Amino acid sequence: MKPKALILSGYGLNCEEEAKFAFEMAGGEGDIIHINDLIVKPAMLLKYQILVFPGGFSYGDDTGSGKAYANKLRNHLKKELDVFIKRDTLTIGICNGFQIITSLGLVPGALTHNESAQYIDRWVDLKAEGDSPWLTGIEKISVPIAHGEGRYIIDEKEYKKMKANGQIAFTYTKGDMCAYQNLPSNPNGAMYDIAGVLSYDGRVLGMMPHPERALFFHHLPDWTEKREQLRRKGITEIPEEGPGLALFKNAVNYFKNK
Amino acid sequence: MISRIYVAQKAIDSRAKVLQNSWNKLGLSGRVTGVTLLDSYTIHASLTSSHLKKAASALCNPSLEIATISKLPKVASYTYVIEIGFMPGVTDNVAKTAEEAIADTLHRPFKKGEAIYTSKVFFVSGTLSKKDAELIAGSLHNPLIERAAIFSKNEIAKKGTLPLVVPEVVLPKRTPVIPVSLALPDEELIRIGKEGIFDAEIGTRRGPLALDLASMRVIKDYFKKLKRNPTDIELESLAQTWSEHCKHTIFANSIDDIKDGLYKTYIKGATNIIRQKKGTDDFCLSVFSDNAGGIMFDNDYLVTHKVETHNSPSALDPFGGAITGIVGVNRDTIGFGLGAKPVANCYGFCFGDPFDTRPLYRDKNRTQKMLSPRRIMDGVIKGVNVGGNCSGIPTLNGFVRFDDRFRGKPLVFVGTVGLMPREKKGKRLDEKEAKAGDYIVVVGGRVGADGIHGATFSSVVMDTSSPATAVQIGDPITQKKLSDAIVKEARDLGLYSSITDNGAGGISCSVAEMAKECGGAKVHLEKVPLKYPGLQPWQIWISESQERMTLSVPKKKWKAFQSLMKKRGVEATIIGEFTSSGNMVVNWKGKKIMDLPLEFLHNGLPKHQLQSEQVVHTYKTPALPKGGDRTKILEELVAVGNIGSFDWISTQYDHEVQAGSVVKPLSGRGRINTDAQVFRPLLSSKKGVVLSSALYPSYSDLDTYAMAAAAIDTAIRNAVAVGGSLDMLAILDNTCWCSSYDKNRLAELVDAIRACYDVAVGFETPFISGKDSMFNDFKGYDGKGNPVKISIPPTLLISAIGVMSDLHKAVTPEFKNAGDSIYLLGETKDELGASEYFKLLAKKQKSEALGKNVPKVDIEKNKKTYRALEKAIGLGLVASSLSVTSGGLAAALGKAVVGGMLGATISLKNLPGEKLSVDQALFSESQGRILVSVAPQDITDFEEIMKEVPHAEIGIVSAGRALVVNDAKNKVVVKTTVDKLNKAYRMLSTKVA
Repeated sequence: MKPKALILSGYGLNCEEEAKFAFEMAGGEGDIIHINDLIVKPAMLLKYQILVFPGGFSYGDDTGSGKAYANKLRNHLKKELDVFIKRDTLTIGICNGFQIITSLGLVPGALTHNESAQYIDRWVDLKAEGDSPWLTGIEKISVPIAHGEGRYIIDEKEYKKMKANGQIAFTYTKGDMCAYQNLPSNPNGAMYDIAGVLSYDGRVLGMMPHPERALFFHHLPDWTEKREQLRRKGITEIPEEGPGLALFKNAVNYFKNK
Repeated sequence: MISRIYVAQKAIDSRAKVLQNSWNKLGLSGRVTGVTLLDSYTIHASLTSSHLKKAASALCNPSLEIATISKLPKVASYTYVIEIGFMPGVTDNVAKTAEEAIADTLHRPFKKGEAIYTSKVFFVSGTLSKKDAELIAGSLHNPLIERAAIFSKNEIAKKGTLPLVVPEVVLPKRTPVIPVSLALPDEELIRIGKEGIFDAEIGTRRGPLALDLASMRVIKDYFKKLKRNPTDIELESLAQTWSEHCKHTIFANSIDDIKDGLYKTYIKGATNIIRQKKGTDDFCLSVFSDNAGGIMFDNDYLVTHKVETHNSPSALDPFGGAITGIVGVNRDTIGFGLGAKPVANCYGFCFGDPFDTRPLYRDKNRTQKMLSPRRIMDGVIKGVNVGGNCSGIPTLNGFVRFDDRFRGKPLVFVGTVGLMPREKKGKRLDEKEAKAGDYIVVVGGRVGADGIHGATFSSVVMDTSSPATAVQIGDPITQKKLSDAIVKEARDLGLYSSITDNGAGGISCSVAEMAKECGGAKVHLEKVPLKYPGLQPWQIWISESQERMTLSVPKKKWKAFQSLMKKRGVEATIIGEFTSSGNMVVNWKGKKIMDLPLEFLHNGLPKHQLQSEQVVHTYKTPALPKGGDRTKILEELVAVGNIGSFDWISTQYDHEVQAGSVVKPLSGRGRINTDAQVFRPLLSSKKGVVLSSALYPSYSDLDTYAMAAAAIDTAIRNAVAVGGSLDMLAILDNTCWCSSYDKNRLAELVDAIRACYDVAVGFETPFISGKDSMFNDFKGYDGKGNPVKISIPPTLLISAIGVMSDLHKAVTPEFKNAGDSIYLLGETKDELGASEYFKLLAKKQKSEALGKNVPKVDIEKNKKTYRALEKAIGLGLVASSLSVTSGGLAAALGKAVVGGMLGATISLKNLPGEKLSVDQALFSESQGRILVSVAPQDITDFEEIMKEVPHAEIGIVSAGRALVVNDAKNKVVVKTTVDKLNKAYRMLSTKVA
């Protein structure tokens, strides 16, 4: 049976369709469920192995990104979420989803305004560091970010603990994309260059960058240049997949291989 | 009970540093030494102190923030405290979220009369006077929508909190409906038309109806026959429906010997002829009949496109004007057919020089200052940022143009592409019909006094009587909820029979428009949900409060519809019923207050015969630089705002959401702005959608026919250069004119629209949608109180949309590989008139010498070139492809080398076309040209395809970072580096970002 992902929606989340597509492309199944429908029927969580807090602008970031959506979950679904997390499940929060799950306390730290105080859409390079089923086989990966409040904040003591425990999922690093477009590695002033973090047991991943926007080869900023290089080597068939798909495959395979 | 919750940042707040820098730039250099920002929530509700504690916890992230209740947190040092809040009745989105969050936390909804009001509090420290604090406050708020209060340290220290201000809207009790006697002399009728109905209760007029004397007379005669006076709401309703904004009278009326008017003859006329010619290859599905135009995507899906302008509101409140513009055009998409899903946004901004500090005033006494071009620019950019990003729609295509004449009124173009299945359960989704007996249902936001007289306001010249209530603020999240509920759920469940947007004229226009589908409607106006009590019926009827749509819901579907909307947090209300009575009837608390036949409402508007009168403008030619070297002038040229990078806009707009990105707004190693973009609207299909746009406002100074022709040719060329096909390309027209009752301006308009017909028919690219905005003039006073009138240069924006069968064939503009051959396709001619080069020279020489020869379009030749390029791209023979536009070949080379971070060695010897001087060869803006690069292995195949079209190999891409251009005699005319060009290309971006 295909592993099933529940992808939350509603109140301004907006990356649910591509998140669903990503899990399907990776060989899983995805259902988009409006938060109000889940509040009415929380038992449906039992059917799923993967829970997704996709990106977007829940409540327009008003009162602070992720706060109001997290508040709604906390006040209506806390018990059920705790049960879900305690099971052998995987959870991911991407961008606004990451802001929501830090607000909920599913992963440590907090996210605030970018150092430039400006919303920014660009590609970044990530070094995978943590210990998690989400990261199997991933060392370096390039994906885009698009956020105004993505600066990760954590105090030093907590950081050291997380580092020792393998909870730093991704750090911004200088890689292919930064070299290609001559960009600084850390786009938002995140502390310790942190782009993504894990829960204590590694099963909950929160990250600012958007792997679901790097599913196809043509998502890469340099794909037309890469295509030219391939063509000059006599290769006219160009790759189909992009680097971000690996994360979704990892999640799906985690359950398939059980 | 009123209380306040303050939320302060614990440690870092990057916003503070950015603000401090911006204030120091106001002339307070170095004197602002610190800023602390607080968010304040003034809560007007009966909450206990334990409630308030819980509420504070919902508004505060404890790892980042601290909340205090009714007491300001300790701030180490400050000189002044500035509080910025909203004026009464202005949309406060944060407050709405705070209400929902608190209601979730307390499991207690806010009751009627209870509300939250947010404000921002700035603690500013430094050696600052009260005047300095006022200057800072001025930069932080727009007095049309926001209020500012300044407190000294002493005032704060005494109380420990800020005064409690509840900006509640309190409207006086008024007579709901008044009859308006029209048995008046002409001059009185003119006054009513121009300044509005006289309201005896308040002793002033209600604001422009924008009805001319002829229209007023028709209305007077009509009611004379009925032997009664019109009510105020009837008159207001007629004014909305007959406004230039809604009826496009200048495009619709006869002009000179063009009996059917410009629109029918040339725009629709072109499309009709093209569709006939295309026969079975016609890809148009729904043109000119709906909120957007629709073309085929594949057998199962269609794509829509619509581009709007929001110029007048953006001049007064740039942020609000732009955000309501973008979310408004999103609603045109949601309101296309039975609802298309927005899949891409476009924008285009025309501003005055952002460094121009000459003041402009709306009144003689110089009390109503216009915002500076810089404020307008920053606000507009931010408005589209928030509107587009919050809605989860990628903002792909865009441009920015500068001209001094946009400082009185900017042009703000916003567009949205939609995607929709062509059928559901055997029913076409692009067709809709309200049926008699269906409920009239409004969904989304509530109605307030905001946006009253928007449609009539934008139909007149902006001056001192421009109403402040014309300003609205958007609420993208309310709309996102509405959009998702409609296009992702209700549409496919078949829960409604028709839908349209509430834009200009509010429900007065949307209901009357839908009533045409079934032949009548009856509205009970008291049922319309309001933001606050006390609005008069006419205000409710014409208010343009945002984020609302009108639907016709069959009675038996209402329960299901209502329950779905409730589950999605969307307010839906029945306000009446569609009928077949032939009349538009409005009741207020059981009493009939409006009863007009649809026939009179829609077609009663008197026809005018417009007359135009040709005028010829001549300009001198600027003095050309001496000697043969053009290096320096090229470096200056790539730095001008109309050519240089606007990457600071592109990167702050999310262009990758929905995961369809193929050719992005920025491309290559050097991140140059692309002229056309490609995206994948349906992730399961390999088809791509191509978007491009083009405009040449400056050409209008010489020849509006050439201006329009060049815009169309360029939009098409941009699309083909990225991989689009002439077989699947449609265009949209947005005409922004000035002083449109002036006969000379009308002649220029006729010329431009004639070009639209000729060029569209020539290329067989049908118009599928369009919009016009005819009075982009500013009438006011300069810094000395002297009257000034500033009219925009007549501007035609052409947007193109096409479908690519294989998105993997897309080509980007930057050079890719050293050793590739560089080709120029198309002929270069002596066409420097009104070019960026001549404008730059004229500016340096402080003259108005624009030259003579404005670029002309040779349709047949260009078509051949584009067809050949299409073929070469289809075979994968083209490594890079860049459409040559403003700044000519030299600017194109500059962009291609910066984009690729590679050099190039170029010879001007073999340029196809006329024999040319070096200035002409480098800077002429001749149309129909594309700069491409080709891999050595592909040269033979490429040249074979290009055999029949003008082309020449003009150079080689080089690994070094030098751009060297030799003239026909092998003399060096440009020698520079990629790094220098890159720096110049980003000059504006570096200065303003």
